[in-house]
Amino acid sequence: MKRLIRLTVNDKNYEIAVKPNQTLADVIREEIGLTGTKKGCEMGECGTCTVLLDGKPVNSCLVLAVQADGGHVLTIEGLETDQGLHPIQQAFVEKGAIQCGFCTSGMILSAKSLLDQNPEADEQEIRAAISGNLCRCTGYQKIVEAIQSVKDQGSVS
Amino acid sequence: MTEYDVINTRAPRLDAPDKATGRARYIDDMRMPGMLFGALLQSPLPHASILNVDTSKARNLPGVKSVVTAKDAGMTRYGVSPARYDESIFSRRKVRYVGDEIAAVAAVDLETAMEAVSLIKVDYEELPAVFTSEEALAEGAPVIHTGFPRNLCAEVHQEFGDVEAAFKGCDLIRTDTFKNKRQDAAFLEPNGCLADYDHSGHLTLYTSTQVPHYVQRTVAMVLGLPIGKVRVVKPYVGGGFGPKAGTNPMELAACLLSMKTGRPVKMNYDREQVFLFSRARHQFTHVLSTGVKKDGTLMALKNECYLEGGAYASFGIATVYYAGSLLGGPYKLPNMKYDGYRVYTNKPACGAQRGHGGVAARAAWEQQLDVIAEELGMDPIELRLKNMMSAGDVTCNDLNMSSLGMKECIKAVQGGSGWNEKRGNMPTGKGIGMACGFFVSGAGYPIYRSDTYHATVTVKLSEDGGTAHVYTGSAEIGQGSDTTMAMIAAEALGVRLSDIAISSGDTEFGVDLGAYSSRQTLMTGQATKMAAENAKAQVLEVLSEVLEVPVEEMDVKKGRIVFKNGAPDFERIRVTYKKEHRGWGDQPTGDLTFREAARMAYLRKGTIVGTGKYKPGRLGGEYKGAAVGTSPAYGCSAQVVQVSVDMETGKVTVDRMTDAHDCGFAINRTSVEAQMEGSLSMGLGEAMFEEVKFDDKGRILNANLGEYKIPTALDMPPIDAIIVESNEPNGPFGAKEVGEGAIMPTIPAILNAVYNATGVRIWELPLTPERVYMALKRKKDGV
Repeated sequence: MKRLIRLTVNDKNYEIAVKPNQTLADVIREEIGLTGTKKGCEMGECGTCTVLLDGKPVNSCLVLAVQADGGHVLTIEGLETDQGLHPIQQAFVEKGAIQCGFCTSGMILSAKSLLDQNPEADEQEIRAAISGNLCRCTGYQKIVEAIQSVKDQGSVS
Repeated sequence: MTEYDVINTRAPRLDAPDKATGRARYIDDMRMPGMLFGALLQSPLPHASILNVDTSKARNLPGVKSVVTAKDAGMTRYGVSPARYDESIFSRRKVRYVGDEIAAVAAVDLETAMEAVSLIKVDYEELPAVFTSEEALAEGAPVIHTGFPRNLCAEVHQEFGDVEAAFKGCDLIRTDTFKNKRQDAAFLEPNGCLADYDHSGHLTLYTSTQVPHYVQRTVAMVLGLPIGKVRVVKPYVGGGFGPKAGTNPMELAACLLSMKTGRPVKMNYDREQVFLFSRARHQFTHVLSTGVKKDGTLMALKNECYLEGGAYASFGIATVYYAGSLLGGPYKLPNMKYDGYRVYTNKPACGAQRGHGGVAARAAWEQQLDVIAEELGMDPIELRLKNMMSAGDVTCNDLNMSSLGMKECIKAVQGGSGWNEKRGNMPTGKGIGMACGFFVSGAGYPIYRSDTYHATVTVKLSEDGGTAHVYTGSAEIGQGSDTTMAMIAAEALGVRLSDIAISSGDTEFGVDLGAYSSRQTLMTGQATKMAAENAKAQVLEVLSEVLEVPVEEMDVKKGRIVFKNGAPDFERIRVTYKKEHRGWGDQPTGDLTFREAARMAYLRKGTIVGTGKYKPGRLGGEYKGAAVGTSPAYGCSAQVVQVSVDMETGKVTVDRMTDAHDCGFAINRTSVEAQMEGSLSMGLGEAMFEEVKFDDKGRILNANLGEYKIPTALDMPPIDAIIVESNEPNGPFGAKEVGEGAIMPTIPAILNAVYNATGVRIWELPLTPERVYMALKRKKDGV
């Protein structure tokens, strides 16, 4: 039995009929068609499905879509504006923080959540904030450098 | 020093903006109209005879479109090495590990496909199983593959020089036994595929692979299709590290299901299935004996190795050779003996993983070298420098170090880490250690015996001359090869990076053996350079005719034609170009542009297509197995690691890592560092906590990323990555590998640092607090 839910995703309103066992990750990917949110484990362990739900990072594979009813979701596709890439996206591109790219969406959203709350975050706080986002390619070095560079520019919006 | 315009810079990767915005498309992001979803039935038992498979209930479930078993698939054998084709898509008479494939279903949605799988009834007769090398090799052990008594999948026996004679002249012989654990590659993107068989008999397989070429061949062979009717396309891939360097049964099942149904079929491994498919690092047990003179001169190495390999050979034949051939160098070692045994067990098959075959061997040996240095009263760096090879040296097993910046790497990490100040001046519980290593820049020979080119590349100029399109079958799997090839093409052609487009990872674009053995920068890079130079030569030839200027007096730089003896009158070309592009913006001004020259070439000759190809010349010695370990070039690394060890609990923390890697010449400096940093991270994981664990029924206990722990951002220390460039004569612009060599020293550098901190040597991985605590306790208790 499907249930109608309301979601605001990247400032756009949706009314979607979802199955009670459907995850937010699947609704974002399959019903809304935003495939930038990845699924790496479906057990809440890898962080590739991270989105911001009402401003907070969540593993969208662990959130049932019905639980998110009425919520505001920000996915990676919602960061870019008419002015171009978000400063964190730009930093990831310029600093070489992206290799295979599969962790990138979740990583950038975790970084955004951190810098929104704590624009002065130090290296250890940055590492802690992204510790739920696994990356097998980079050793995190250039990811941490990218996030630090955004902080140093003070250009988070 | 040659001046370059594009290469050796920190150009941002071409794929990065799409990956930063969620636009980049991976296999699970693909959808097709009418697409079906597939699911696999896999064995719950480690070793059993299949008495009967009843699919009738599954077939009758509404929504199910096809159910296939070995009866439909046939029993064509395949694998990685033709010498050991021991797999079939589905098991017919017996299963050999928990996860062995028995059947597959295609249905209208995944839930239906999975329900149908659960309705397939299999009658098994359980057989005794073996899970360790010792059990498998024991007299009377159950045989997993007919024709392989004692479950010996492959054995290697090699001797170079005379080890026993050399030992007699040694002042010190040290013997140690070392064990690593099964590792999982733990790439973030689970394997997936989408097969699409059309009515004209063409099969297209989109798949998350490192090796489109090998997958194409295997699919064609197993399904009985002409190779020209099989196309393999790789979308963006979320990491590979080795296990995606072969064909998996899911890919073959999806192809078969698409052929049966005439509809596209999508299949994915879930995370547990990624662990079950495995094909990652073997469990190695090395017994090493090294003999030296008292001045530290290395004389002889005896290496005995057992590889617990799981139910199928996969890459194992190559692995068992690599576990021997990648020792010796980069040191001047005159005598070396190797006895390697790769053993079948009833566990998932092991295969290749970053640093293929060489990582455990290197960890064991570089720690042993430290022990030897201490016993001789030498500094570990002094011992290594004393024995280090130089460029042009050849190892006793015939590997030619055509370039070798190893000494420069050692000096760079010695200075960069503050080794001289820190070593010996740190408190108990703090330590610093170092190690070295090297790796191939591409396997010298293809996996199947062939005179095939290893890479063919095409550079096609657009009709307006403005864009050069690079077509290559090489595989961008995250390492940055697309950007590397684009930079090489831009430099060789003489245009800006923004003038290059690249399409890759498609078997229609030419032959490329793919992303394994760190081969693409050197091999695909050589073919790319040649293709771009070929296209440039064609343009300059036409230009020479039109302007009556000898070709030798012209060159292309930054998208402009450079005339060595002053520019001739090219007004006619410019006027023609402008007339043809009336209404366009961006009309050429100033010096003659490559765009105008390329357009002129098109008008004279039709589409300008430059082609390039690469295969190494004859490499290596004449002995059996001499091919494995050969390469046109070798990258090398030195590393220094600093650790803290909690002397009460045994908990190890890595505080800092300094790595210097000789990549020959850095095409993209940021990407070279990125490969070094990623290698160190994977090595740190294997050293510190990674281990695939099993229960006594052959079931994986930690087939998930929570209990199988890979490094998080909190586990990784800051890394100093130092690039060393030795100008490799066989590489494009002097470039060679960086993708795997940098992992070689990581584990032993950590082990040596732990010893320096604690005074205990650990000869078994991973360095769990329990293992370190017990070692500390034994030392304290004087055991």
